[in-house]
Amino acid sequence: MLKIGSGAGFSGDRLEPAVELAQKVDLDYLVLECLAERTIAIAQKEKKKDPTKGYDPLLSDRMHALLPVLNEKRFRIITNMGAANPIAAAKMTIEIAKEQGISCKIAVVTGDDVVKELDTDQEILENNYTVKDYQTISANAYLGVDALLPALATDADIIITGRVADPSLFLAPMIDHYGWSMDDYERIGQGTVVGHLLECAGQITGGYFADSGMKEVPNVAELGFPYATIQEDGTAIISKTPHSGGVVNLMTVKEQLLYEVHDPTHYLTPDVTADFSNVKLIEVGENEVKVSGGTGKEKPTSYKVSIGYHAGYLSEGEISYAGTTAVERGKMAETILRRRLSKEIPDMRIDLIGCTSVHRTSFGSHQPYEVRLRAAALCENQDVAKRLGNEVEALYTNGPYGGGGARKKVSECVGVVSTLVDRNVVDNQVSVEVFRYEQ
Amino acid sequence: MNSNSIKLYEVAHSRAGDKGNTSNLSLIPYNEKDYEWLGEVVTAEKVKEHLKDIIDGEVIRYDVSSIKAYNFVCKNSLLGGVTTSLALDTHGKSLSSALLEMEINLPS
Repeated sequence: MLKIGSGAGFSGDRLEPAVELAQKVDLDYLVLECLAERTIAIAQKEKKKDPTKGYDPLLSDRMHALLPVLNEKRFRIITNMGAANPIAAAKMTIEIAKEQGISCKIAVVTGDDVVKELDTDQEILENNYTVKDYQTISANAYLGVDALLPALATDADIIITGRVADPSLFLAPMIDHYGWSMDDYERIGQGTVVGHLLECAGQITGGYFADSGMKEVPNVAELGFPYATIQEDGTAIISKTPHSGGVVNLMTVKEQLLYEVHDPTHYLTPDVTADFSNVKLIEVGENEVKVSGGTGKEKPTSYKVSIGYHAGYLSEGEISYAGTTAVERGKMAETILRRRLSKEIPDMRIDLIGCTSVHRTSFGSHQPYEVRLRAAALCENQDVAKRLGNEVEALYTNGPYGGGGARKKVSECVGVVSTLVDRNVVDNQVSVEVFRYEQ
Repeated sequence: MNSNSIKLYEVAHSRAGDKGNTSNLSLIPYNEKDYEWLGEVVTAEKVKEHLKDIIDGEVIRYDVSSIKAYNFVCKNSLLGGVTTSLALDTHGKSLSSALLEMEINLPS
C-alpha cells in the first residue's frame, strides 16, 4: 500500500525527523513542504543578486542528510524547496550527490513564476487596489497536480518545484500511484484531505498541541513526523515514526483538519474544491487514525497567485522594566515614545509584553513582576525607521528608572497579496526538466 | 464567575490558523457528547463579543458535525495579516487561547 511521509512543515523545520521517518518506515514518497507565503519573494531577491541562488536556505543541509537514506531505501522525494530557482536547487542537489557518490535523477518543475504574465490592472483579492499599486518583487501561481504528474512520470528520484499548493505535493503521488481520474471528486477530495493533514508535519503528531495537564504529549522534545498509508479509494491511516515522541489521536487530527480552513465545504486548491464536512476519523490503533469521507467538486477556474511586494521597513525596539511599578514605568515609556515620535511615525504600535502583547487585551487581571515594552512601526523611509529604535534605546538614560535590555532592529518588510490568473496562461509555460548524476 | 460557570478551556481545545487577515479558530470538545450544548452556548455572536478587542470584522461559525467540531472564521483579526502586521504574534497563533478564556454557563 502507498506510504507517503511528511518530512518538513515549514522552511526552518527540524532536519532529523525526516531522516528518522525515512529510515524506520518503508516510504514510497517523502514530501518536504518548505514554502511559506513570502519565502519565495525573499528567495527572488537573492536570485536577483546571485543567479545560482534563490532556493530554500536549508536545501543543502536537508539533501546532505537525506541522500544517503534515499540511496539505501530508494523512496522518492517531492519538495518545493526550489522556491524562486528550482533549477539551481536541482544543480546544487546533483553536486551533493556527486560529492556523496550517489546516483540520482532529479525532475524540476518550473512555470509558477508569472511576474511577466501579470496584467498591471488586475485586481488584488484582499482589497480594492490593482497590481500596479504594488512594488512587485515576485508573483507565483499555486500550481497543482497537473504540473507535478509529468515529473512523476519520469524516473526521477527527486522532484523539485517552486510554488505548488501544499496538498497537491501529496495528492500527485496518490494519483500517479493509483491512476485516479481528475474528475473522480471523491478520491481527489479525499486525497486532498490527506495531503492537508500531512502538510504541516509535526502539527499532527502532537506539535502545536501540548498543554500541561490538559493535552499530554509523550516525549514532545523528540516529536516524530507523520506518514499516511493510503488505500486505492483514498482512505488513509495517519501514523508517525515508530518509537518517536509525540502522539497521533483524534484530537491532533481534528485540530489539523480545521487548521487554516474557512468554509469546510469549500476548501479551494488548484485540483479540486474539496469538502471536509463529511470526514470520518477513527482511532484504529496506538498512534493510528483512519481518515475517510473527504470529497469535493470541480476545481476553481483560475490559479491563485501570491505577489510579494516591498512593504517598507519594519522597525522594532524593546526595553524591559521590573519590580512593583514595572507596568507603570512601561506605560510612562510609551507616553515618552509617542510624544517624541508621533509626528514622524503616526502609526506606531506599542505593547507591554507580559500584559497585552499577544491578545491586544487580557482576560482577567494580574500584576506582572516584569514587563517588556515593544514598539513597532512600518516606515517607508529607512532613516525614519531607525529613529524608532534609537528612541527606545535612548530610554536607558532619558526614560523611567531601571530600563534594561534594550534591543533595536530594522528589517526590510516583504508583504504578500493575492490575485488570480487564467489557468491556460500558466499551463502553457509549465515544464519539466531532468538532471542526472550516474555514479 | 458563578458556581455554574466554567472557562471554555476546561471542556474544549482549539487551534488557530491564519490566511491573510483572517484567523480561524477551531473549537473541539474533549468529550464528543458536549458538542450539541456547546453549539447552543458558543455562538458566532458570543465569540465576536468575547474577542471584540481582537476581531474587527465578522465572525462566521461552521459546524463540522462529522468530527464534532466548530470552526470560527474571524475576519479582520490579524492587524493586516502575517506579512505586514505590527503585532508581536503576527500569525495570531496564540488567539486560540483567547477563545478558550471565554466563560460559559454549564447546562443545568
